[in-house]
Amino acid sequence: MKTTLSMRLALYFYGVLVIVILYLPLVSVGFASVSKARYLTFPIKRYDTRWYSSAIESSTVHELVVTSFYIAAIVTVISMIFGFLGALAFARYQWRFRSTFQKLILLPIFFPQGVLGLALLMWFNALGIVPSWKTAVVAHLVWIAPIATLIIAIRAYSFDSALEEASRDLGASTWVTLKEVTIPLLLPGVISAGLFAFLLSWGNFPLSLFTTGADSTLPEWLYAKMVSGYTPLVPTVGMLSIAASVLILIAAFLLSGLFLGKGAKQRR
Amino acid sequence: MERHDRRRGFFYATPVSLMLMICFVAPLIVIAAFSILPQKEFSLFTRPDFSSYVEFFRQGYYKPLLWSLGMALATVVILFLVCWPLAYAMARVFGKFTLVITIAVVVTLFVSENIRLFGWVLTLMKGGLIEGHLRAWTGSGFDGLLYNTPVIVFGLVYVYFPFMLFPLAQGIAMVPDDARQAASDLGASRWQVFKEIELPLAAPGIVVGSLLTFVLATGAMAEAKLLGGQAVIVFADEIETAFTYGQNWPLGSALAMVLILFVAVLAIIGINKVDLDSIMGRGR
Repeated sequence: MKTTLSMRLALYFYGVLVIVILYLPLVSVGFASVSKARYLTFPIKRYDTRWYSSAIESSTVHELVVTSFYIAAIVTVISMIFGFLGALAFARYQWRFRSTFQKLILLPIFFPQGVLGLALLMWFNALGIVPSWKTAVVAHLVWIAPIATLIIAIRAYSFDSALEEASRDLGASTWVTLKEVTIPLLLPGVISAGLFAFLLSWGNFPLSLFTTGADSTLPEWLYAKMVSGYTPLVPTVGMLSIAASVLILIAAFLLSGLFLGKGAKQRR
Repeated sequence: MERHDRRRGFFYATPVSLMLMICFVAPLIVIAAFSILPQKEFSLFTRPDFSSYVEFFRQGYYKPLLWSLGMALATVVILFLVCWPLAYAMARVFGKFTLVITIAVVVTLFVSENIRLFGWVLTLMKGGLIEGHLRAWTGSGFDGLLYNTPVIVFGLVYVYFPFMLFPLAQGIAMVPDDARQAASDLGASRWQVFKEIELPLAAPGIVVGSLLTFVLATGAMAEAKLLGGQAVIVFADEIETAFTYGQNWPLGSALAMVLILFVAVLAIIGINKVDLDSIMGRGR
C-alpha cells in the first residue's frame, strides 16, 4: 500500500497547520506583551517594551521566580534519582511485584491533578504540616517522579542486560558496574527526564494551586490575575516565563551535546 | 543472576514506591475518610455518616458531573479524529519531519497551561487577534468566540492534544508493515485495512491515549473558567468551591471521591488491558 504524492503533501500540510494552531495563542500573548495600551485590543497600534522593564523591576515577580525556581530545581534532582532507580525496576529487572510497581507508577499520571492537590492539602492538614513552597515540591514529585521514571524506562528497555552481566563476570563490583556501565548507558534518558522534570514543574499550575500555602508560583500568580484583577503585566510575565523555559531547553541541548559527544568519543 | 534481579528490582523500586505510598495513596485514604464525615467537619475523629453523598444527589451535583463527562467524551472523540492522520504520518510517512513535529509539540507542554489558554482568550475575544484584525480589514466584526460550551471543548482538545498524539503514534508504529501490505495485496480497501488491521493492532496506543485524555479532561477546570466564563460549571470547579468558598471538606471529599471512582475504575481497567513492556520497549 503506497501513499500517493498528493496524500503525502496533504499530510505535510496538515502537520504544519497543526503546529501553527498550537503556537497561535503564544503569538497573541507575544503581541499583547508589547502593546502600549493599558486596555488591549487588536490590531495593536503602538508598541512599547515598558511592561517588560516594570516586570523585571517588580519585586513580586522576583519572589515568584525564586519560589518557582526552588521548587523546580529540587523536584528535578529528586526525580532524576528516583526515576533512575525506578526505571531499572520498571524495565530491566524481573522481580515479583514488577507489574504492580508499573501500575503504581502509572496511576498518578492517570489522575486529575487538581484533585490530587486537594487530597494532599487535606493530608498535610491531618499531619499538622503548614503548606508552603516545600509542600508544593512534594505535590509536584507525586506527578513528575513517575513521568521521569517512564522516560528513563524507555531508555532502559533498549538496554542489553548482557553488558551488566559481562561487567560482573569480569569481576566488577556492583558499584563499579553501576558507575561504569549502567549510569553511562542510561545517561541520555536521565538528562531528558531531568529536563522534563524541571520544565513541567516550572509551568505547573493545578498541583501548586492548593499546596503552596502563603507562597505563590509564577503560574499561580498568572492565573489569579487572569481570573480577577487583570494587569498588562500578565502577558509580559507569561512571555518571560516562556523565555526562561526556552533558554533552559537550549542550554540543556548544548550541554548534553557537549557531555554525550565527549562520552561517545572516549568510549570509542 | 535471577536472584540478583529479584533483590535489585525490589531495592531500586523502593524510593519512588515509598514516596507514592506516603504522598499519593495515603492522601486518597484521607479523602475517603473525610467523605464519610458529617457536613462542615474538619477533624477526622467524629462519628461517620454518609450525608455528603446524600447531598451529591439532593443538590443535583450529578449535573456538573455529567457535563464534565460529556465534554471529556467529546474531547476524546475529536482528538482521535484530529490526531489519527498526523500520528499515522509521524509513524509512516514523515521520516525526519517527525522529529520536528515531536519537538514542536513537546515544547508547548513546557508552557504553562494557563498561559496557552490565556493566549486563546486574546486570540478569540471580541477585539482579539482574529476579530480585531477582521474588523480592521473588512469593517465588520462579530461578537467574539468565547464563553460557550464548544469553546471549552476546543480548549480541552487543544490542551490534551499531545496526550493523544504520542500514544497513537506509538500504537501505529507497532502495526507491522507486512500485515498492512498483505491485506492490501489480498484486495482490502483502504477502509478495510484501517478497520481490520490498523485499528486492532494499534489498540494499545489508542487505549492509552483515549484513557489519558478522558481522565485528564474529566478533571479539568481551567478551560471552563478561562475560555468558558460561566457558560458551564464543571465538576472539578464544584469540588474546589466546596473546599474553598463552601468550607465544607466532607462534601468536597465526597464529590472528589465520586470523580476518583470514575477515574480509577477506567484507569485500572485500561492499564490492565495494555502490555506495557511491548508498548514502551518494542521497535527500538
